[in-house]
Amino acid sequence: MAASDFNVKYVAHLARVQLSPDEEQKLGTQLGHILGFMDKLKTLDVSHVEATAHAVPTVNVTRTDETQASLPHDEAMRNAPKQTNGLFIVPKIVE
Amino acid sequence: MLNQLTISKLTTRLARREVSAREATQACLDQINRVDGQIHAFISLNAADALAQADAADHAMVSGATQAQQPLLGVPIAVKDVLAVKGQPLNCGSKILGQFVSPYDATAVEKLKAAGAIVFGRLNMDEFAMGSSTENSAFGLTRNPWDLTRIPGGSSGGSAAAVAADEAIATLGSDTGGSIRQPAALCGCVGLKPTYGRVSRYGLVAFASSLDQIGPFTKDVRDCATMLNVISGHDRRDSTSVAQPVPDYTAGLTGNIKGLRLGLPKEYMIGGLDPEVKAAVDAAVRQLQSLGASVEEISLPHTEYAAATYYIIAPAEASANLARFDGIRYGARVDGADPLELYCRTRGAGFGPEVKRRIILGTYVLSSGYYDAYYLRAQKVRTLIRQDFLKAFEQVDAIITPTTPTAAFRIGEKSDDPLQMYLSDVFTISCNLAGICGVSLPCGFTSNAEAKLPIGLQLLGKPFGEETMLRIAHAYEQSTSWHQEKPLICS
Repeated sequence: MAASDFNVKYVAHLARVQLSPDEEQKLGTQLGHILGFMDKLKTLDVSHVEATAHAVPTVNVTRTDETQASLPHDEAMRNAPKQTNGLFIVPKIVE
Repeated sequence: MLNQLTISKLTTRLARREVSAREATQACLDQINRVDGQIHAFISLNAADALAQADAADHAMVSGATQAQQPLLGVPIAVKDVLAVKGQPLNCGSKILGQFVSPYDATAVEKLKAAGAIVFGRLNMDEFAMGSSTENSAFGLTRNPWDLTRIPGGSSGGSAAAVAADEAIATLGSDTGGSIRQPAALCGCVGLKPTYGRVSRYGLVAFASSLDQIGPFTKDVRDCATMLNVISGHDRRDSTSVAQPVPDYTAGLTGNIKGLRLGLPKEYMIGGLDPEVKAAVDAAVRQLQSLGASVEEISLPHTEYAAATYYIIAPAEASANLARFDGIRYGARVDGADPLELYCRTRGAGFGPEVKRRIILGTYVLSSGYYDAYYLRAQKVRTLIRQDFLKAFEQVDAIITPTTPTAAFRIGEKSDDPLQMYLSDVFTISCNLAGICGVSLPCGFTSNAEAKLPIGLQLLGKPFGEETMLRIAHAYEQSTSWHQEKPLICS
């Protein structure tokens, strides 16, 4: 799992971030160094350690399933980059 | 000048009707006009709205409202640009949010308002709270009030600089790996990261959800306790907030720390620790001993793994959290022929270099084939780091460390080397991984010839141990005069 197999173009696409050729080159080198630094963790034996997802253990926080007041429609749409008739406008998805 | 007062001094004078909320707010606005052109702590500010809130507070006082009921009545408080304030812009120091205006208040902001505070201004920060210098803001950098050639720390650099330069009475920031404590140390103010779950994160734009907490920047420890009283508590809108009773943190500031046991972690005396920082912390340790606390060496054996663990977990969570900025429902948009092209172009144009770096890093460590090697392994090391602290807290009541290895560094000094920048957080990140609380307070200055720079002392407390931690911080502060010093720009 060496950092050398890190393909910045492929991962940037997974992350849905367009990069310029310059950015690809610079980020590729920097992230290679950073991943090299992460290899430090491989020196520890963690085979018998449980993973921590949250520092304060919480399980299944629930609430009663009741209707509550929410943002008015026009307030929720207020920051939309493009809208018509109270709907978000997006590029065509289906052919 | 009223803008120089602490919360406790200002509210005393407001309660006696010696001054009005309008005068206090105007004093902050005047100071901002005078110095913020050089410091740039604020991204934006609505002076008319601030004064209208001040007038409302003055009217409320005429109608019988008191600071006994509303502890921040008439106090101007500014917030980091990552917290939602209804009707105000919210940018997270990024271009990607465009002209976004918050449709609601964050819970912490709602609580400030309910306590009577005048909530004003948008404070500068590293984009999406990713950084340690406030150089990663799309709105330009913030300068350290003690030396304008240096960074104020980050990511809450605007919040720290505004308090240090008396542009606000207090501010709010957020801390994911040290983003409150590190800038507080570098700007010479008090900054506290609460225990995970102590303060609701509702309305805080998420960076790394298992690490983020909101906390105050203040001019002294008593103000810090007052702010924590106001913003703490369970919130049904944040399922990770904890239903633990909130004590009166100011009542715990007795000045008596006799018999308390403090731990000095041997792993924090690293090579990169500046001799002047070490000397200041050593002197603080002696001071605490003279106040009756006992100090013993402790061990946090997994300290050296904390930075690598943090820079896997935080970017992993960030890559998921920041997926919502896609140009569809809010914020800026760069059009494309199909949604995929629209996402890639919007995010490519909207995010700055550090945010891209972390999103890509986070996506990689979560991707198929690498998840076990990086993310899962980091979560397991996180367990070891947390266990180190819980074990140490069986032995001691609080832990003392330097907040940062050095005083404020120069603008541009680390901006081309992300790994070096990451390592400037080495003393603060473990606290977030372990979910415990931490506070930074002034403990001295460098002897720098051009301009002396503040040095921060960090105290780390048990989970929900803010009361004891603040009592120690307060006892130390009151026996020294570091917190009374002001940068030259304020004179």
